Amino acid sequence: MEQTQSLRKEYIDFTNIRINDNITLSLADSGKTVEGIRKAEKVGSIFSTIVLYVVILFLALIMIFPFYWMITTSLKENSEIEAIQQTLYPTVIMWSNYVYVFQTFDFFQYMLNTIVVALFSTIGTLITTVIAAFAFARLKFKGREALFMVFLMTMMIPGEMMVISNYVTVASFGWIGNDQTRVEAYAAMIVPFWISVFYIYLLRQNFKQIPNELYLAAKVDGKSDWSFLWKVMVPLALPTLISITILKFMGTWNSYVWPNLVTNSPDFRLISNGLRGSAFTDANTGRTSYGYQMAATVLVTVPLFLLFVFFRKYIMRGVGRAGIKG
Amino acid sequence: MEPVLREQKSLTAVNDFFEERPQYEEGYYESTNTIIRLVEPPRKTKAYKVTGIEDTASNNNWKAWLYLGPVLILLVVFLLYPLINTIFIAFMRDYNQITGSFDGFTIDNFGVIFGLTKTSGGGTEFNFTRYAIPNTFIIVLVTVPLSTLIALLISVGLNSLKWFKKFLQTVFFLPYVTNAIAIGMVFSVMFDTNGIINYLFHSDIVWITGAERWTAMIPLCIYIVWSSIPFKILVFLSGLQGIDAQYYNAAKIDGASKSKTLWRVTVPLMSPQILYIVVTSFIGAFKEYTSIVGLFNNPGTMAGSYNMYTIVYYIYDNLSTHTSYAAAAAVFLFAVILVFTFLQLWVSKKRVYY
Repeated sequence: MEQTQSLRKEYIDFTNIRINDNITLSLADSGKTVEGIRKAEKVGSIFSTIVLYVVILFLALIMIFPFYWMITTSLKENSEIEAIQQTLYPTVIMWSNYVYVFQTFDFFQYMLNTIVVALFSTIGTLITTVIAAFAFARLKFKGREALFMVFLMTMMIPGEMMVISNYVTVASFGWIGNDQTRVEAYAAMIVPFWISVFYIYLLRQNFKQIPNELYLAAKVDGKSDWSFLWKVMVPLALPTLISITILKFMGTWNSYVWPNLVTNSPDFRLISNGLRGSAFTDANTGRTSYGYQMAATVLVTVPLFLLFVFFRKYIMRGVGRAGIKG
Repeated sequence: MEPVLREQKSLTAVNDFFEERPQYEEGYYESTNTIIRLVEPPRKTKAYKVTGIEDTASNNNWKAWLYLGPVLILLVVFLLYPLINTIFIAFMRDYNQITGSFDGFTIDNFGVIFGLTKTSGGGTEFNFTRYAIPNTFIIVLVTVPLSTLIALLISVGLNSLKWFKKFLQTVFFLPYVTNAIAIGMVFSVMFDTNGIINYLFHSDIVWITGAERWTAMIPLCIYIVWSSIPFKILVFLSGLQGIDAQYYNAAKIDGASKSKTLWRVTVPLMSPQILYIVVTSFIGAFKEYTSIVGLFNNPGTMAGSYNMYTIVYYIYDNLSTHTSYAAAAAVFLFAVILVFTFLQLWVSKKRVYY
């Protein structure tokens, strides 16, 4: 009661404008009209919108500037790259940088290795993930919750701990050594990544959302668990499976440490290793030629971009839920 | 215990179908001449706690283990065994990774990496304590708050846009879809002594090759922040879209300013996402490696001293030569990550509003 009293006191200097029976607009008695205030608010909101767009666009430019600089540099002459007077775009477009890179940097071999490794590790992961997620989501067995907790807890372990011992394990399989064959190198890069606890978790959540009635209906129709899994659940969870596939591909495209560790010959390595391992030196000066280097970088970046353009929806959704790269 | 029914008349038909007890949900049911209210008795045993899925799922024990078989084998071989084995290796004296031989157990490996014990060669190891740990902590403490704050502001801005929202979202997401090594190399070109950054700021600072440790830290942190923003924006945007507009209306009626709305309404309501981001990016920043490879190629930017070492870089660098040191460093990393994660979860219990 006291509060209302004091509030009323504050409003004593205000002009009251009746809009209708229910609403009375109170305005400070400073000569402002309703229209005036509305106008001021509108101007203010337009102004703040413009400021917001300018800031956001400026930040967006910063975000994409490295890509722009990569492409520009890849088309510049070496003398222009190292000039004191930097230019924002190439004065002479040097397509020859790309020709040189295609001749010296074994792009297609690295690309082939990467695709083979990505393909087989994705297929293996998908199979193990689907059947494990199914077991955790639909089948009942003793110790299921406890086992699932063990699975989840392994996600907290940094991968670096595994790398040390996995190197020894893979070596004991005979996949690493001086007489390493291509198949052995691929196996060493593929098999340890056939398990992904996170994807099992992701897919299990997805499987759990599939209504139980479908399962009962399939049972009534005499379908086995196995055919229910592949004929009903997998198609229904397809978006998640596509997200997993793409993230797995991106992960292989980015993997650097493990392939470097387990392969003997540069021939067997993946695209990131190839990019960082190649010298790209200028024949005349003997120094690193940034033009060549950036041309190779563009070649490595473009396939990922294309993937992004075509599967933007799946990537963004998968990443949003996955939260991990690869 | 039977469910307490005010009136038990015509529910018998369905009753026979179930073995133990009728499976009606709590609520009102219509019977022939009256409405029945079903009240479930308090659950005493776990057997009563049935969700639809579990109850009707097949109860086939051996089959479930068959399904899990491949995953379990992989889990044991490539996740659990390595974890235990690495911990053992960290305590082994003179471990030889090719033959697998070792000479008893010791805690000297930890002593060596912390510079307290002499190495078997008689020298003292400085790289871990002088470079790897300080560098890693600097990276964590600088990049995590900075990138989280920037990403939060950008996503709040993006969320309030009217036009080009989708397009700008995609632009800000682009850095995520890149090869970390490749873009690291682009940054090293930009930060070259004759590069665009020095040109724009009229400076001639040596950032990359031959740089001082603290100067080299600047492009490294910028690169890490740049590359970690997209994922954060993605998560924050999904969080922002989940906030009910009525909170903002209430704030507006109360006459809250824009910045006050941001810090008093948006941030508290986003606290689950912020916590998730902080935990994951803490862990990620502790494991920084490829950014250094991309930017510097090798971390020794000053002749003779590995001054851009991080903990993970130290692990990988010693993997084949001093496996036990690498394992000890990995165990240390594991412990630090665990401590930080639990610390953050503990803090979140007090500060996060769900």
